[in-house]
Amino acid sequence: MNKEFEAAYNLRAKKQMKKAVSTILLYVALILIALLFAGPFLWLLSTTFRAGENIYDMTLFTTHPTLSNYIGVIDFMNLPRILYNTTFITVVGTLLDIILAALCAYPLACMNFKGKGIVFGVLTSTMILPAAAGLVVNYLQVQRIHLIDSYWGVIIPGAVSVFSIILLRQAYLGIPKELIEASKIDGASEVRTWYKIMLPGVMPAISTLVIFDFISKWNAFLWPIVILQDPQKYPLATALKYLNGQFNYKFGYIAAGTVISIIPVIIVFLLFQKNYINAVSGAIKG
Amino acid sequence: MMNGVLKRKIRENFVAYAFMAPALVIIALFVVYPIIYSIPLAFTDYSGVNPVVNYVGWDNFSKAVHSDDFWIAIKHSVMFVLVVPIIQVLSIMLASLVNRKLPGMSFFRVLFYIPVVTSMIAVSIIWNWIFEESGILNSILINVGLMKDPVLWLGDANLALFTLMFITIWQGLGYYMMLYLAGLQSLSPEMEEAAIIDGASRFKTFIKIKIPLLKPYVWFCSLMSVISAVSVFDVVFAMKDDGGPDNATMVANLYSYRKAFIDFDFGYSAAVGVLVSIVILALSTFVFIYGRRGGMNNNE
Repeated sequence: MNKEFEAAYNLRAKKQMKKAVSTILLYVALILIALLFAGPFLWLLSTTFRAGENIYDMTLFTTHPTLSNYIGVIDFMNLPRILYNTTFITVVGTLLDIILAALCAYPLACMNFKGKGIVFGVLTSTMILPAAAGLVVNYLQVQRIHLIDSYWGVIIPGAVSVFSIILLRQAYLGIPKELIEASKIDGASEVRTWYKIMLPGVMPAISTLVIFDFISKWNAFLWPIVILQDPQKYPLATALKYLNGQFNYKFGYIAAGTVISIIPVIIVFLLFQKNYINAVSGAIKG
Repeated sequence: MMNGVLKRKIRENFVAYAFMAPALVIIALFVVYPIIYSIPLAFTDYSGVNPVVNYVGWDNFSKAVHSDDFWIAIKHSVMFVLVVPIIQVLSIMLASLVNRKLPGMSFFRVLFYIPVVTSMIAVSIIWNWIFEESGILNSILINVGLMKDPVLWLGDANLALFTLMFITIWQGLGYYMMLYLAGLQSLSPEMEEAAIIDGASRFKTFIKIKIPLLKPYVWFCSLMSVISAVSVFDVVFAMKDDGGPDNATMVANLYSYRKAFIDFDFGYSAAVGVLVSIVILALSTFVFIYGRRGGMNNNE
């Protein structure tokens, strides 16, 4: 073997070695960071399988796993009722947002009408201007229509979000104009055109919105605390906040309840993460 | 003829507004009205209970600016902006770590994002339990011999606000990572390859080439982050809803919330809200102007 070749060979081996080391270091760093993110969740999960006093036990795996916390929390939180509250508020709230936003965005994207500029301008400016006492004023509004302590008082003020309208308007704009024209020439009414042509065309955007709405409405806790007076009507996140304040010595139950509250969100997120992440990063590109 | 055109126009307008009416009514009542009505409410003594409402002029505002509690709350909200540079630097670093074409990267991205979709209540329950006096963090630190006595992460007035900042960073990091990842992926790979062929190290390429190109993203993310830092509420409400210990975690929006829903002083609460909004607008305008200037210098 001549010397030059050997030197070149060594250099290449060195480079490859360096690359391998840096890849390993990258994975080590990522795994350590992953522990910082996943660790608290895993610890919470392991706690829920522990009975009684061993909550602060530092081992991750208990020798006597038990489901007693999950069984106990059903009664402790009145879980069936709380889950019903959460599901009702989340599902009805999401449906209303999708329907109202899909209706409202259609003329904004595809029709010419008087005041279009004003309507659109007002909508976008609400996204920038802070409502100085928005929570207080909305509480007074709900009081005025006598919906304090009712699910509808929780749902209606957030029944349609400007964000959804603007996202769907953008989606409608992506549908070829010829399709609308063709439908009109066929003699279809506006409502029929919307229902038969436009709505199917924006389904990808709607499914993104469903995920966004589901996650944010399932997790919401502040507005339900403000509006609902009877803790039996609380959704899951609000009930957990309330119980954690009152009975924090029942930590096993609280932990089980917390796991139950997190699981649906994580499942939905994992199932639709591509869609969700594209929408989040799309917001910054737009 | 003319009549037909006019008729069609009227019909079209009618149809358009019929489509929009349900949404517009709700937005008018619960989004637009609160933005406007906050301001006159701040000039009254409305208590939510007493039906008699008096106009009190600038009383609520002067009460606020003469109140120590108000300034402490404002100070803590402004201090929360400390989170902004930390979260931006960490999330850019994290984004560049997961921006490789190696197996498992999408797993890490998703994992780092999970705290973002988790409710603040769940996050607060988990971290409260970690940071408690007899919680796992103290037991670990004592067991490995780093400390003798437990630290009151949430109970010590000098520490509590910083502990809440840590939780905010932990929860928000994945969100900004995802935004910066989108930024990094929009850069052309040829540029990096060219720099590396020229002998620049990966690190140097990152600092000298990628960061300047990311400037519009940094500007946008910082602006959003500043606004949410000054309006911080959820994390404090979930962990310390009385702003304790000893007002150490009392932030402006919590102060305003408590004035309304604990003390039933709605007028005063609205005045505080208006003042907080002015602070937020001022800070975000500053970031906007400053960031825009910086961004333009580098990109033109």
